[in-house]
Amino acid sequence: MFGKLTLHDIPFDQPIIMGTCAGILIAGAAVLGLITYLGRWRWLWTEWITTVDHKRVGLMYIMLALVMLLRGFSDAIMMRTQQALAGGGHLGYLPPEHYDQVFSAHGTIMIFFVAMPFVVGLMNFVVPLQIGARDVAFPVMNSISFWLTAAGALLPNIALGVGEFARTGWLAYPPLSELPFSPGVGVDYYLVALQISGIGTLLSGINLITTILKMRAPGMEMGMMPVFTWTALGSNMLIVASFPILTATFAMLMLDRYLGFHFFTNEAGGSPMMFINLIWCWGHPEVYILVLPAFGVFSEVIATFSGKPLFGYRSMVAATMAITILAFLVWLHHFFTMGAGADVNAFFGIATMIIAIPTGVKVFNWLFTMYGGRIRFETPVLWTIGFMVTFVIGGMTGVLLAVPSNDFLLHNSLFLIAHFHNVIIGGVVFACFAGMNYWFPKAFGFLLEPRLGKAAFWCWLVGFYLAFMPLYVLGFLGMTRRMNHYDNPLWTPYVLVACAGAFLILAGVVLQIAQLVVSIRTWRSRRDLTGDPWGGRTFEWSVASPPPVYNFALIPEVDGLDTYWRAKDAPGKPPVYEDIELPRNAPTGFLMAFCAVAAGFAVVWHIWWLALIGFAAGIAVLVASSWREHPEYVVKANEVADIERRARITAGSPVRIRA
Amino acid sequence: MSTMQLSSGEHAPTRYHPATRFGVTGFGFYVYLLTDAILFSAFFATFAVLKNATAGGPTAQALFDVKNVGLETACLLTSSFVGGLAMLAAEARRRLPLILSLCAVFLLGLGFLSLEIREFVGMIHAGAGPDRSAFLSAFFALVGLHGLHITVGLAWIIVLLIHLGTMGFSASYRRRLFCFSLFWHVLDIVWIAIFTFVYLLGVQS
Amino acid sequence: MTDTASHAPIHLRTPGTDVHGAAPWSSYLTGFVMAAALTAASFWLASGHLLTPASLVAALVVLAIGQMLVHLIFFLHITTAPAQKTNILALLLTLLIIALMVIGSLWIMSQLNVHMMPMDQLMQMQR
Repeated sequence: MFGKLTLHDIPFDQPIIMGTCAGILIAGAAVLGLITYLGRWRWLWTEWITTVDHKRVGLMYIMLALVMLLRGFSDAIMMRTQQALAGGGHLGYLPPEHYDQVFSAHGTIMIFFVAMPFVVGLMNFVVPLQIGARDVAFPVMNSISFWLTAAGALLPNIALGVGEFARTGWLAYPPLSELPFSPGVGVDYYLVALQISGIGTLLSGINLITTILKMRAPGMEMGMMPVFTWTALGSNMLIVASFPILTATFAMLMLDRYLGFHFFTNEAGGSPMMFINLIWCWGHPEVYILVLPAFGVFSEVIATFSGKPLFGYRSMVAATMAITILAFLVWLHHFFTMGAGADVNAFFGIATMIIAIPTGVKVFNWLFTMYGGRIRFETPVLWTIGFMVTFVIGGMTGVLLAVPSNDFLLHNSLFLIAHFHNVIIGGVVFACFAGMNYWFPKAFGFLLEPRLGKAAFWCWLVGFYLAFMPLYVLGFLGMTRRMNHYDNPLWTPYVLVACAGAFLILAGVVLQIAQLVVSIRTWRSRRDLTGDPWGGRTFEWSVASPPPVYNFALIPEVDGLDTYWRAKDAPGKPPVYEDIELPRNAPTGFLMAFCAVAAGFAVVWHIWWLALIGFAAGIAVLVASSWREHPEYVVKANEVADIERRARITAGSPVRIRA
Repeated sequence: MSTMQLSSGEHAPTRYHPATRFGVTGFGFYVYLLTDAILFSAFFATFAVLKNATAGGPTAQALFDVKNVGLETACLLTSSFVGGLAMLAAEARRRLPLILSLCAVFLLGLGFLSLEIREFVGMIHAGAGPDRSAFLSAFFALVGLHGLHITVGLAWIIVLLIHLGTMGFSASYRRRLFCFSLFWHVLDIVWIAIFTFVYLLGVQS
Repeated sequence: MTDTASHAPIHLRTPGTDVHGAAPWSSYLTGFVMAAALTAASFWLASGHLLTPASLVAALVVLAIGQMLVHLIFFLHITTAPAQKTNILALLLTLLIIALMVIGSLWIMSQLNVHMMPMDQLMQMQR
């Protein structure tokens, strides 16, 4: 009736897990209670859960990412603490069976449920506004994408209290991830969660590519798109090209585990090495999916706050497209040591070094943008400058690792861990925080409190260097990754410094939470009444903050790059409003995700009847939604006029009326 | 589409203009089909790598029935052609020819699927199931994935037939029919790759 | 976004565009006949022993590509018209990625096999 599930699968004997689960349940109950107390269920359902507005969907993605950041970061603190306590013969407090799940969950959550949703959320919110569109190409599908991602994020958290998580690392290499060596449910949770969220991500990629290519404002040729939109295009091209490979590879592993296939098993001719080959075919484009929009954020931020157009637009675009293509030519550098020989290693090593060149072009363009500008050191700029220094260091260690003979010494050492955290934190995470501070006023109509933001930045920056520079040294000293305990006394001082760094980052996170709380409590004193608090150059700054549901009362006509910037001081004719057709809300996404969680949980525990019902119900919801007769509603012209008037923006003239 | 003029009285040149709803939907579905092609390619690549990993078990030469494959191919190719006729009927707003051709596509697809299921069941009964060897795992997964897509297509035809009753030849319906026809043609393209590289080349010694 | 009337009949439309085309049904009939001929040729060549194994592989590949092109042109109406630029570009990029993945995987896996110890020696080491 319940498949493999029994009460014994709840780890009542592990106090840390039980305490965490209790905390999560209590916090969850408190949130539900608060919503009930405030009488906000209807509001929640109509304004957020069933929304198909790209702005709301984008914000939900980012909220998911921020919540999951707390979980992923808790895993990090646990690991650093364990290693700090577990030197010189001591065993620390986390036994290996638990520690292995912690590092696996840490990587899985950080990549799939923090970085991806944050980046996708930023692209969702910003891109339609930047290209002068009213929404993405497929708004209901957008909602489905978000909710499937959330469903995927829920499953590893359920695994915390019911069963276990994978112990295989964040990529679940076979043969360890095959049934003989991982007979429990951990790997199944991992696979099911990522297949569900993978579908969401793939649909989102299709959505954004179609939006960018087919729904730009009239006159906006490709060479007039903002740089963030170009990087979003590159990133989504990588999503649609690489995620099918992830889906295929995980499907094969699931077939091995559930139906006794032999893709990657040790016997009957299976090839575990093929898994590693395929998964990195996806894995390398994945990191560029994350970092390209990050580069886009920095391009927007540095141009705005230097008061100058971005230097070298065309070379930026060319570099972006070059990185997009080259991303598919380097994947073997993740397994130089697997034994393909010198020829193969040489080819991929050289290709890896080549891909550093367009990235270097971008760095120089940012520097030249700053040169001769009047730089305003707001919070987003601090994150940007921190990125430029940090990412370049990480990139250089990447080029070092790109030499196969070096990699043979450093593969899977802490040097590697330091390198990829260097580029992901310095690149992607810093960009997310820069983007958050930059576009927050647009999303909510008030600015974030700057002093707490800057303090948080400094804690993150110094904390990052304290936490990860020692890891480079430890890599050279021979410490490998994923170690539960060690006894080399030479390593101990570095491990302790790294632990201190992690806690400094924790202080940064606390300050960011404080920034949000304080900003919300004092929002009236920091309102953005003009829609353009930073002096931006692109269309999102031409509408009110927050934008009306239809984004633009009148779709702009584009006559070149930075049309909005050039039109700021030019008077226009009085606007003539028309009726605007908008998509209705839809519960499809939420309901499909609900079914996905049920079906996914059932698949993990072999509860076949529930899996069948869940799957069929999800399909039924989708098919039923195709029967919707009137999926649009109309905002009448006079309503539009009222909204615009109330927002105190005079359409037709981007010059703002000051409050 | 309403526009905002930026300077006094002059229209900006509008060489690029956003696509119609039909254009947007069609392109989006086309991009999805390209991702499906990459999904299939991952299984093709795996098959190519594992095709000799027979683990002492049955080989392609021993198992594959080329005549059956020829029959399956005939079914699918004909169904693609008939699918084109369905699109012509839809354009001419002729209900009965549309229903008849969609039914014909369905029956041909069902024929294909029956032949394939019979092949699979036969192989499993002969001890050549997907759990026998890596080669067979790769074969069943690749060809099975295609069969799964065909099954989804058949279900889609049923939904389209029902929708014809409720929606008629609305713009929304014609968009969906167009997407289905893209889907069905691409499945035939994938089958070309399967029968060439898996079956015809597989049975060569 | 409103759905303004598009020019071309839907059976002639290709993804993302609204393009005029030639007489409708002849496109499908031509495509069907050509595809059937190429398919029959594939089966015939594969069944006999007219070609060496290497030539057979080449011939079948050429015939398969031919059949796919027939489908793309006559059934899917993908042409080199300027309005179709984006479609062609997307198709070419997809083919590039497929080629990189398939050829890359084959190269890598075969090189791994070359460098791997023979199975019987490996089994001996395990005893």
